[in-house]
Amino acid sequence: MKIMGENINMSNHLRKGIIIFAVAILIGAIISIGIYAGIIDEYTAHIITFGAINVIIALSLNLISGFTGQLALGHAGFMAVGAYTTAVLIMQYNVPLLIAIIIGGIVTAFFGLLIGFPTLRLRGDYLAIVTLGFGEIIRVTMVYLEKLTGGAAGLKGVPAFTTVIELRPTLSFVWVYCFLVIVIILISNLIKSSPGRAIISVREDEIASNAMGINVFYYKMLAFVLSAFIAGIGGGLYAPFYRYLNPTSFNFMKSIDFIIIVVLGGMGSITGTIISGFVVTYLQEFLRFLEDFRLVIYALVLILMMLFRPTGLMGNKEFSITNLFAKIKNLLPPKDVTKEGADQ
Amino acid sequence: MTVLKASNVSIFFGGLKAVSNFNLTLNEGELVGLIGPNGAGKTTAFNILTGVYVPNEGEILFNVGQKSDEKMINLVGLKPYQITKQGIARTFQNIRLFKDLTVLDNVRIAYHFNAKYNTLDALLRTPKFFKEEAVIKEKALQLLEIFNIHHKSNELAKNLPYGEQRKLEIARALATNPKLLLLDEPAAGMNPQETNDLMKLIQFIREQFKLTILLIEHDMNLVMGICERISVLDYGQIIAEGTPAEISKNPKVIKAYLGEELDTGA
Repeated sequence: MKIMGENINMSNHLRKGIIIFAVAILIGAIISIGIYAGIIDEYTAHIITFGAINVIIALSLNLISGFTGQLALGHAGFMAVGAYTTAVLIMQYNVPLLIAIIIGGIVTAFFGLLIGFPTLRLRGDYLAIVTLGFGEIIRVTMVYLEKLTGGAAGLKGVPAFTTVIELRPTLSFVWVYCFLVIVIILISNLIKSSPGRAIISVREDEIASNAMGINVFYYKMLAFVLSAFIAGIGGGLYAPFYRYLNPTSFNFMKSIDFIIIVVLGGMGSITGTIISGFVVTYLQEFLRFLEDFRLVIYALVLILMMLFRPTGLMGNKEFSITNLFAKIKNLLPPKDVTKEGADQ
Repeated sequence: MTVLKASNVSIFFGGLKAVSNFNLTLNEGELVGLIGPNGAGKTTAFNILTGVYVPNEGEILFNVGQKSDEKMINLVGLKPYQITKQGIARTFQNIRLFKDLTVLDNVRIAYHFNAKYNTLDALLRTPKFFKEEAVIKEKALQLLEIFNIHHKSNELAKNLPYGEQRKLEIARALATNPKLLLLDEPAAGMNPQETNDLMKLIQFIREQFKLTILLIEHDMNLVMGICERISVLDYGQIIAEGTPAEISKNPKVIKAYLGEELDTGA
């Protein structure tokens, strides 16, 4: 009973935070124990971890394209910058993994700043064109910077998350999962705040948002740099996970993959991106037997989606754990009242 | 006390003088109407005052001081968001609400630049964030209550009836805590009853929020009914200024609106 009383006194916000935290740990623990105990085989674990990396990068793309309304076509480029920076830092400068990943994110954010500064002042499709060019420039640069990146042959032997082979699938997942949870929390915190509303207002109507005292350029930059940072982190996680980096794996089609995830999940929905990120990653593996024909399946799925649900899987709606708890609570009979009644 | 003083403001689009030698002085608490035939340059003048266009000539002084303490700053060259921060809010001729956001969010966005927490507070959900968010929400709901749309605060703005969308746009402008409110055809598309209600509302908010109001309007009933002073714009130039009674008798104004009788010499 004492615990109950304290619970009621606890602020609503704190309780919500604890519920989200508990659910996140629970999901993470179940999957990692499953992987460790061999219930989830190594191949599936690989897909889940890879899916989580894709979700991180797709979320970063959703931040700029879905929430801010600025189409970006070069997120594979950002991913590449993060991945190569992290790999080079670990391999040549012996930087600890966590720090290398974060520096990778910061370097990528710097590139975001560089691209965003001239292009985000303009309205329309300029950002799309410039980011598209940027992605290709990065890819070609990686081919020519042979000393650092291994050139066209690729960068081999990036150290994995752990040297213990038996623990590798589990620890890879735990690393990526922790970052995924942090990214989800940060983005949803941002979106449900005043700066987040400012960002969304830019998508809705730039002129009106300007007239409401919102520095449109600043908030576009904020969203874009943050987006680049997160994409860089995603790339930084990809390097020790995949352990081999090749410029061709960061081509334009890779950027399109992220756009497909965002569009299928719903522009402006975090939950939509998470679901479609895992589904698309699984489909990529599942449809491997079709070889090049799987691209036809993507196109088909996209066309069907545009016909029957043009807003994407979730539209701009979100699925909320705390709301779910509230609903379940409402469904259950009010226990305490009946108990007290019985006592009397 | 002067709130705004625009002197000799001109803007050219190529060879077209859209507004030339535009002069306007607004005193504190005044309700001034800006009228003129279609294409006279009224909205262009608004866009210059709010920083959407930068004028080629002239200066616009705005008083940012308090009460008797006059402190004029030049608005020319400032960006629209900077002008809004100085205390000038506007509505648009063709309603520009954030259509797919809720009524509450529309107003909360206008409170943004007054929010007392930064992005880091938002990302980390500090106690400051929760406190300020509660304040913003309460202020926004109070404002919506004045306009009697608080019970629709969770509806999407695009689902409101037309009249309420107009009201919401004014509410949103007021949320920026302005000194001067610019209304661009607030009664456009309203029926006579709605226009009457709007007139009362404009009078009310002017007193409640101690505003100076400049409005563009084609509805002469509204303009003659509530404006204390009227400026008439034709071909980008102010052709007359005065009280509603003076304006309605001014031959230049009648000529601009109705044209001239042909002098047949008979």
